[in-house]
Amino acid sequence: MVFFMAERVLMKGNEALAEAAIRAGCRNFFGYPITPQTELAAYMAKRMPKIGGTYLQAESEIAAINMVLGAASAGVRAMTSSSSPGVSLKTEGISYMAGSDLPALIINVQRGGPGLGGIQPSQSDYWQATRAPGHGDLHVLVFAPSSVQEMVDLVSKAYDLADNYRMPAMILADGMLGQMMEPVVLSDESDKPLPKKEWAACGHNNERKHNIINSLYLTASELERLVKERFERYKVIEEKEPMFENYCTDDAEYIVVAYGATSRIAKAAVKEARSEGIKVGLVRPITLWPFPKKAMAAAAENAKAFLCVEMSMGQMIDDVKLAINCKCPVGFFGHTGGVIPTPAEVLEEIKKMAKA
Amino acid sequence: MAVVFKKPSALTDMPTHYCPGCTHGIIHRLVAEVIDELGIEGKTVGIAPVGCAVMAYNYFACDMIEAPHGRAPAVATGVKRSLPGNVVFTYQGDGDLAAIGTAETVHSATRGENITVIFVNNAIYGMTGGQMAPTTLPGQVTQTTPYGRDVKVAGYPVRICEMVSTLDGTAYAERVAVDCVKNVNKAKKAIKKAFQTQLEGKGFSIVEVVSACPTNWGLAPNDALEWLRNNMLPYYPLGVYKDKTEEVKE
Repeated sequence: MVFFMAERVLMKGNEALAEAAIRAGCRNFFGYPITPQTELAAYMAKRMPKIGGTYLQAESEIAAINMVLGAASAGVRAMTSSSSPGVSLKTEGISYMAGSDLPALIINVQRGGPGLGGIQPSQSDYWQATRAPGHGDLHVLVFAPSSVQEMVDLVSKAYDLADNYRMPAMILADGMLGQMMEPVVLSDESDKPLPKKEWAACGHNNERKHNIINSLYLTASELERLVKERFERYKVIEEKEPMFENYCTDDAEYIVVAYGATSRIAKAAVKEARSEGIKVGLVRPITLWPFPKKAMAAAAENAKAFLCVEMSMGQMIDDVKLAINCKCPVGFFGHTGGVIPTPAEVLEEIKKMAKA
Repeated sequence: MAVVFKKPSALTDMPTHYCPGCTHGIIHRLVAEVIDELGIEGKTVGIAPVGCAVMAYNYFACDMIEAPHGRAPAVATGVKRSLPGNVVFTYQGDGDLAAIGTAETVHSATRGENITVIFVNNAIYGMTGGQMAPTTLPGQVTQTTPYGRDVKVAGYPVRICEMVSTLDGTAYAERVAVDCVKNVNKAKKAIKKAFQTQLEGKGFSIVEVVSACPTNWGLAPNDALEWLRNNMLPYYPLGVYKDKTEEVKE
């Protein structure tokens, strides 16, 4: 038994993600070095041996995600972390885990792409996370924290939902959040019982029929039935689990939509625009899948225009348009490749939107 | 009436999908007999590959996981690190283990991962209909080497036992064949020793089983075994390649 104190400490985002996972019961971390998630793995390497857990540096991101698949099959809480190019390699394992109904946590501390891209913060893996985290009909839960505290809170939430719905969950962070230091309150979760996993492949102990973890179904109708069952579960998730934050939206005529690190920049711009008398608000998706469609639609009720702000070429904008059924124009402002938008730039765009 | 020969209890009642003359059936049986004899079915987790043995999860009565192509040793690593008290084995073919999964094979061996690998080498991709495998012999005709494997174009076969025996983490590596009764008995002994190596916590153990694929070799079952003896065994000599099991544990 490992005891944890509830405490308030100053931590880097990457390290906070690691500590939060440990407190949520993760004792099996499998990784492969990549910038800018390095501190997460280094933290795990230091902590895990002290608490009887496993830190293992795999031979590749592919091996790491498959070690997670094995650990998840065995019924324990497992985790891997990487950054954009590495996450591309993990998509094979993510698809198999989705197809085998396995819960696990994958961290993506995004950097610029495509290809080797760069090592500066980016949000250009939105499509990958929400549209194609692997081949086949599937979703993973996608959480987008905007502070170190939220990173901690969402790790625990992600594990709980992943276990509950038996599917992989991803924290979609970025290099800015990963490297940022902020005060954070770490809670003591050591009393919280972890869910029982009757389906796990952990040895039947001669007490039950063998459990099989598998994603192969050669009969088309059987595969269709299973995928449809999974999509019934997805429907429940889309109904019950979307998370978002509204800021100054009550009387807003203009809505800015931004998530993660970008939402902090957007919030500063919204605040400044308010002080100049522009009725603007911010809707910040906290879950990217399920996307907070209802919150968007509600904000669109009295809005004249939307502005989507992202560190990409505009990957979330389609989800916003769909959520509000193109009720009003949705503009876009962003930077990509690791260039970070400034509050002044976003303010400028808000003013343009309000004048139009 | 006295029963003189019965199905091992570590095999389920499901009929296998293997072709007539395929040696997977023999190897499944040997693994199951060993699991029975060691009394470990309840704590064993098996990892099935992608390839002909993909549905091994239906045939072994222990808990089973189906891994992505080539990743069985990584999946086994995840299981073993989570449940160190359990017995974990992978069952893989040559394409799975020696081509797409080479990195996983080599690194689980060099880490001394305390797992057991059953490697079925039949020099061809069976499931997809007989393409060149990493272990296809020079000159061997397959669907994708229709003029015979030309080493100038396709390179040379991989000898896994020789390769992994150079790694410090490998505790036990033996190559066996299942072409005749004598060799089948030797194969069972090797498989048992591999599982015992794991039970004693000595590290990575691998048994390479030189096998026949009559369907994709285009030979009758008996002729296939003859071809195996005449062509595969000279290239893949049988024997123990590494045995650290007698060394004193540090």
